[in-house]
Amino acid sequence: MSPAPAVKTLKIDGRDCSARPDETILDVARENKIFIPRMCELEGLSTVGACRLCLVEVKGSNKLLPSCVTHVEEGMEVTTTSERLGHYRKMIVELMFTERNHICSVCVSNGHCELQTMAQNLNITHVRFPYRYPQAEVDASHDRFVIDHNRCILCTRCVRACDEIEGAHTLDIMGRGIESRVITDLNQPWGSSETCTSCGKCVQVCPTGALFEQGRSVAEMEKRRNFLPYLTLMRKEHE
Amino acid sequence: MTPDELKQIADTERESLGCFRHRVNVCVAAGCLSCQSEAVKEALEQDVSRRGWGDHCQVKGTGCMGLCADGPLVSAGSERLYKGVAASDAAEILDSLEGPPVSRLRCPTDVPFFQRQHKIVLENSGVIDPERIEEYIAAEGYQALIRALTEMTPREVIEQVMKSGLRGRGGAGYPTGLKWSTVAKSVGTQKFVICNADEGDPGAFMDRSVLESDPHRVLEGMLIAAYAVGSTEGYIYIRAEYPLAIKRLRGAIRQAERAGLLGANICGTRFNFKIDLRLGAGAFVCGEETALIASVEGKRGTPRPRPPYPAMEGLLGEPTLINNVETFANVPPIIRNGGDWYAQIGTETSKGTKVFALAGRVQNTGLVEVPMGITLREMVFEIGGGIPEGRKFKAVQTGGPSGGCLPADTLDIPVDYESLARLGSIMGSGGMIVMDESSCMVDVARYFMDFCMTESCGKCVPCRVGTYQMHRILSAITGMTATPQDLAMLEQLCDLLKHTSLCGLGQSAPNPVVSTLKSFATEYKAHIEDHKCPAGVCGQQPVGASV
Amino acid sequence: MFSFAGGVGSKGPRRTRDPKTTVVTFAKSAPPNEDKRWRLVDATMRRQGQQSRGLIEALHTVQEAFGYLDQQALRYVATSLRVPLSRAYGVATFYHFFTLKPAGEHTCVICMGTACYIKGATQLLEGVKRDLGLSPGETTMDRKVSLLTARCLGSCGLAPAVVYDQEVAGKVSPQALREHLSQWTRHDA
Repeated sequence: MSPAPAVKTLKIDGRDCSARPDETILDVARENKIFIPRMCELEGLSTVGACRLCLVEVKGSNKLLPSCVTHVEEGMEVTTTSERLGHYRKMIVELMFTERNHICSVCVSNGHCELQTMAQNLNITHVRFPYRYPQAEVDASHDRFVIDHNRCILCTRCVRACDEIEGAHTLDIMGRGIESRVITDLNQPWGSSETCTSCGKCVQVCPTGALFEQGRSVAEMEKRRNFLPYLTLMRKEHE
Repeated sequence: MTPDELKQIADTERESLGCFRHRVNVCVAAGCLSCQSEAVKEALEQDVSRRGWGDHCQVKGTGCMGLCADGPLVSAGSERLYKGVAASDAAEILDSLEGPPVSRLRCPTDVPFFQRQHKIVLENSGVIDPERIEEYIAAEGYQALIRALTEMTPREVIEQVMKSGLRGRGGAGYPTGLKWSTVAKSVGTQKFVICNADEGDPGAFMDRSVLESDPHRVLEGMLIAAYAVGSTEGYIYIRAEYPLAIKRLRGAIRQAERAGLLGANICGTRFNFKIDLRLGAGAFVCGEETALIASVEGKRGTPRPRPPYPAMEGLLGEPTLINNVETFANVPPIIRNGGDWYAQIGTETSKGTKVFALAGRVQNTGLVEVPMGITLREMVFEIGGGIPEGRKFKAVQTGGPSGGCLPADTLDIPVDYESLARLGSIMGSGGMIVMDESSCMVDVARYFMDFCMTESCGKCVPCRVGTYQMHRILSAITGMTATPQDLAMLEQLCDLLKHTSLCGLGQSAPNPVVSTLKSFATEYKAHIEDHKCPAGVCGQQPVGASV
Repeated sequence: MFSFAGGVGSKGPRRTRDPKTTVVTFAKSAPPNEDKRWRLVDATMRRQGQQSRGLIEALHTVQEAFGYLDQQALRYVATSLRVPLSRAYGVATFYHFFTLKPAGEHTCVICMGTACYIKGATQLLEGVKRDLGLSPGETTMDRKVSLLTARCLGSCGLAPAVVYDQEVAGKVSPQALREHLSQWTRHDA
């Protein structure tokens, strides 16, 4: 019989919070309704610390720490917003916009898009970097879903959902750096995939209009986000 | 293998070596091999056999002798070094063995390039045959291992390494003893020792040299480390672009296994350790510890956030010790001679020696091992022999794509971890590229950014898109189409990548840009405002020659 | 997190769909054809304990034996090691050492490391572009010569360095490169 793990106390933005030792700064902030921007993180999926939007300042550390993967320590003093952090977050989202072709006015997720909402939350009014305008394809070969690579921000939520929740691992990333792309099986049309179970989890976790359901028109793709926390909860019950 | 057996082998070997009045060593490391040194060796062997001199004249292939630009190198006795040797010179070399050396082939050894070196890591390179374990043993090889296993506890071994002040030679300079101690104290079902032989820095070839010239040294270092931290399984992660080093390592591992120095019950103790090779496949980012681990696990080499550090949670989630080739190569002498001996060399904070790969626009290009604290001036002008063709020194680039360009007014600083960091560069793995006035510093910055952009793993946004944007701006500058706003944007991106990137690649990608902006701001200005390249490089070649 | 019940060599489970489409089977599969080189690949995978960890080693053997990785090979290695297809493809395309396209009869690798760059490697690249019309990664129409670049060969003392097939040559001048390439292209089949 091991003793119960010690509960830790820390300050986030001056507010006292308590936390279990297995919780991350983001977990605790969420519990206390403190907003920290994030894109690649989604409750129920493993964390990768890739988008770098959730970086926070921690007293005593000269490095910014990603709150989605950093576990809390006793007496931590976390600052979630500052001029510096706001500046970096803006730049990161602007870089996302320049990387591929994000045109809200013709997008199925217009009005329901996490990237769009993030830009609004961060008060982004314009993008200072030049757009890249890469050539990216649309794959509509699957009978139920479509992937539009122009809108993909490589958050890898779809890869993780397919691997961890469904177990099929149909999706992964090919190439490297700015040439990275989401692929199905051996880089073949989605419709010809032998491993895809058509469960649609990838579509629901995708933050933008990159993955959407066939037949949706502009602004019609509303993602069902609650399935994942629900699934996670149900699975915990099973354990 | 018992201490007595080891001594026996050493004695036998030294005795047989002593029979030879003349020993002719030919460098057969990759550099000289590409200059046909194999043919030189064969010609000498055939001639010796023809003369019937086999009993008193030995011809053998050895590792790197250092002066790579002047290969093939042949050593025919102490103070008798020949350079640029062709197979047709074999007869002349043999003829002259009893008399004065062949003057036209002579390579002076009483020069700073050789005299200023303090060889520890390279002590056997160019002296022993890397394909024979007996020669390594005769050169006091594996004695440190036996001493550690039979006379020291793991803790005592770590203590010696800590006393030595050895710091990671892969670039970061993390105290080695501390790392070993952390792994030793970490809890896990199994611990791993990994040797990082991915040497991805363009311009660096120290690790390749050590692996080709003295592979057993690295094995011994890993064995001692494994004993100290409690590991039973080790890997050498080596880049696929080093086929000769891979071949020599495989051979050395087999020899060590046969001699009972690897495998189960090493030297009759309860210590087990096996080493396997893992090949890289052309990804610079896999030199980063967590990316390396991902690669060993058979995955894409993308890093993951640290903490947790590999020392506590590494390969397969277990405590893993990762050290560079050169770091391991320093371990046997430290255990043989004691940590205090090592600590006497070098500076207050940077102990011991460092192997540098001197290359670029300098007279003597090759490998040198010098004590820490030597000045850049000595490196470039004395050891390096200065700039050829009467040109002027402009800058020296240290630390590869993660480092910076140091201008002429820094020539008198000592080469150690802290001093280089203070100047905006890093020690890195040891690559030192000298540049003269024919190099455009903006173009150099662009070259390094191109490298970082192509090698970026793509996981985090700042590095993936940031390096692309920075490269675009630098190409615009060298293409004479940039504006002052572009420069401001470049500086903002430098700051973003440095502080928000997930791993060292992104965090240090801005370094060449920042250091050239600081020391060569006039060149940037000339490109942007006057549309001129002071070095006469930009505008002469296709901009952004993509590599 | 890809776990699969049923060991290597067992009869099931087999995941199949419509028999008319390609069958994905995770029972022990046979090599794609009779080519003896598959034995080398099998040996590597066996040496790695048939574990997914051995993916990169297996791909190295495939490339060494066949010259490149094609769809068939990727599928075979992935199913043998029980690695998801997309992951195998992701790994094969992440590492620049691997190529998914067959190489030409001769391969010319120009080193673009720092020392070589400083010593004029770009002029060498331009020369190949001029003479054979090749950019890095391309092969001539008659499949005689492929051009590749390398980040650093580790022969910095001999900059600029070029690898002609397996041989490393140092201090290569544009003239020497041109001569060597024309030797290759002059060779009549």
